Amino acid sequence: MILVIAEQRDGRLNRATWEAIAAAQQLAGGAEPVGVAVLGSGIDLVAAELSAADVSGVWAVNHERLASYTPDAFVAAAADVITALAPSHVCLPHTYQTRDFAPVLAARLDRALLTDVTGVGRRDGAPIFTRPMFQGKLVAEVVAEGAAPHLVSFQIGAFRADAAARGTGAPVTVHVPAIGAAALRQQAEAPFQESKAAVDLSQAERIVAVGRGIKAQEHLAMAQALADAFGAELAASRPICDNGWLPMERQIGSSGQTVAPKLYVAVGISGAIQHLVGMKGARTIVAINKDAEAPMFEVADYGIVGDLFEVGPALIAELGKG
Amino acid sequence: MKIAVCIKQVPTREWQPRLNDDRTWVRDAEISYEMNEPDAYALEEALRLKEKHGGEVVVVSAGPSRVQQVIREALARGADRAIHAQDDALGRADAWAAASAVAEAVRLEQFDIVLTGLQSDDQGHAQFGPVLAERLGMPHSTIIMEVQIAAGSLRVKRELEGGWFQYLSMPLPALLTIQSGINQLRYATLKGIMAAKKKEIRVVTTAAPVTSRQRVLSLSVPQKSKQTAMITGSPADAAKELVRRLREEARVL
Ligand SMILES: Cc1cc2nc3c(=O)[nH]c(=O)nc-3n(C[C@H](O)[C@H](O)[C@H](O)COP(=O)(O)OP(=O)(O)OC[C@H]3O[C@@H](n4cnc5c(N)ncnc54)[C@H](O)[C@@H]3O)c2cc1C
Ligand SMILES: Nc1ncnc2c1ncn2[C@@H]1O[C@H](COP(=O)(O)O)[C@@H](O)[C@H]1O
Repeated sequence: MILVIAEQRDGRLNRATWEAIAAAQQLAGGAEPVGVAVLGSGIDLVAAELSAADVSGVWAVNHERLASYTPDAFVAAAADVITALAPSHVCLPHTYQTRDFAPVLAARLDRALLTDVTGVGRRDGAPIFTRPMFQGKLVAEVVAEGAAPHLVSFQIGAFRADAAARGTGAPVTVHVPAIGAAALRQQAEAPFQESKAAVDLSQAERIVAVGRGIKAQEHLAMAQALADAFGAELAASRPICDNGWLPMERQIGSSGQTVAPKLYVAVGISGAIQHLVGMKGARTIVAINKDAEAPMFEVADYGIVGDLFEVGPALIAELGKG
Repeated sequence: MKIAVCIKQVPTREWQPRLNDDRTWVRDAEISYEMNEPDAYALEEALRLKEKHGGEVVVVSAGPSRVQQVIREALARGADRAIHAQDDALGRADAWAAASAVAEAVRLEQFDIVLTGLQSDDQGHAQFGPVLAERLGMPHSTIIMEVQIAAGSLRVKRELEGGWFQYLSMPLPALLTIQSGINQLRYATLKGIMAAKKKEIRVVTTAAPVTSRQRVLSLSVPQKSKQTAMITGSPADAAKELVRRLREEARVL
């Protein structure tokens, strides 16, 4: 069996779970059943939702110590259900929660974990996975070594949630894991959002986003002028906000805003996956970068290879002609 | 407070990958290296914790002898001493192998807190920290944006997706993976660079072979998912053509 570990919070299923189910179904290739385990407390409704997938069964791993996420409780519960079901692979969405507990889970089970996987295939019957390396500049074909189960986390957006095959209602089994109180070392407080954002970039029709290519804070004036010329909001990649050059509410990406404007102009942004997930839904993407190999060009509709300090002012001048 | 910071030496951001002949790895002899970015933030956080609570900051890196470049840099920025788990095979090893090597090298040190970056810019496993925590029997938390220590216990701010955060508490000793942007970095001073020359780097080697949990079969340049219209010419010509196509083709202006 291939076991998917679903992710839910307060009874709401993370959509990336369906992507992991789609990936698991592809990995199984019909030769192996796929099962889903969901961890939490009072998760009947989520389990029922998951039973719509074309899977052999759903395991509701239910325990009051799983009510809010902590890594220790989740590792204990996941290890318990994996040991009980003895799957060949364990598939997870590569979310922050998976990043937090899956490596410990793999270490405790003494098994391989492949993270951020974007594709699955088989060669001579054995599974082969693809994952990015070197900031997405290269892709690697990798195999897991050592005894099963092999754990695999799938990059968000690499598989389509709507590609997950639906079935006729999989049976739901309640699994009560052993979670010793002594094993729980972290205490979690409720998640919160930093002050409400003053700008709502998700409503912007056009966005000009700058990255580290802008080099120094003083050059942000040019970026702002470019945004104004496009009639766009100014946004940025994470390092710009880390430096305090723009407020965090203007950061695009997995830890910032997700936007889908009509036009997204990426200026001096390399195109790391954590940035791309926040903007690849934009209708038209323009990349301006001096490096012709920058991953941003892989998602761009229009590209200019050049120095932003030359192309930027030229665009401002051109747009100014009206 | 005895603080360890794990730092990885990775190719510089400007580096353009070139594959070796059998396409199983990059030509590492041609690479110039730097400190993994979030690790620099982890080091800065360690230095701040020491300034507040006293103690020492120990840099730990696993890799071939070349990694002493980033070890020296960390010492120049203010770390007190270093441990280098040295093995040529660690240059390409995965996070599992690196964490195992570091776990062995630091086992007797009894650190109160271990900081790592959240992810390496080269292999990007996002695994080393939590695996090391498990190997050292420590609680952990990941993607940390704030560290508070009071009376033997730790309260941290963990970043969640989409602008959400959460505080967590746990006892010490503990391991944290640090996110870029947690603080503002300081850079090495000339005085620091001079002082670093006298600081100790303890080299640790083990007889046990380095074993990774995953094997790279091949590397390649990613395929484009979209047809990108590349616009060439002088900046002025390219700007003119782009604006024309955004108006007439894409109709977004
Ligand atoms: C858990 C996690 C969450 C993250 N969340 C986010 C997030 O929400 N948003 C985000 O953006 N990142 C996020 N990151 C960071 C991400 O991985 C990248 O490090 C970041 O996006 C890189 O930003 P950048 O493209 O501006 O910088 P770089 O990668 O340094 O790229 C700079 C680019 O500018 C180009 N350039 C340089 N000079 C010029 C010039 N004169 N003219 C034209 N081009 C030039 C270079 O060729 C290069 O491509 C996250 C990372 C992790 C691990
Ligand atoms: N060889 C190594 N030596 C020291 N620290 C490392 C090494 N590899 C990884 N790390 C640390 O673990 C973090 C995550 O790396 P990774 O699991 O490869 O994404 C890095 O930011 C470093 O802090």
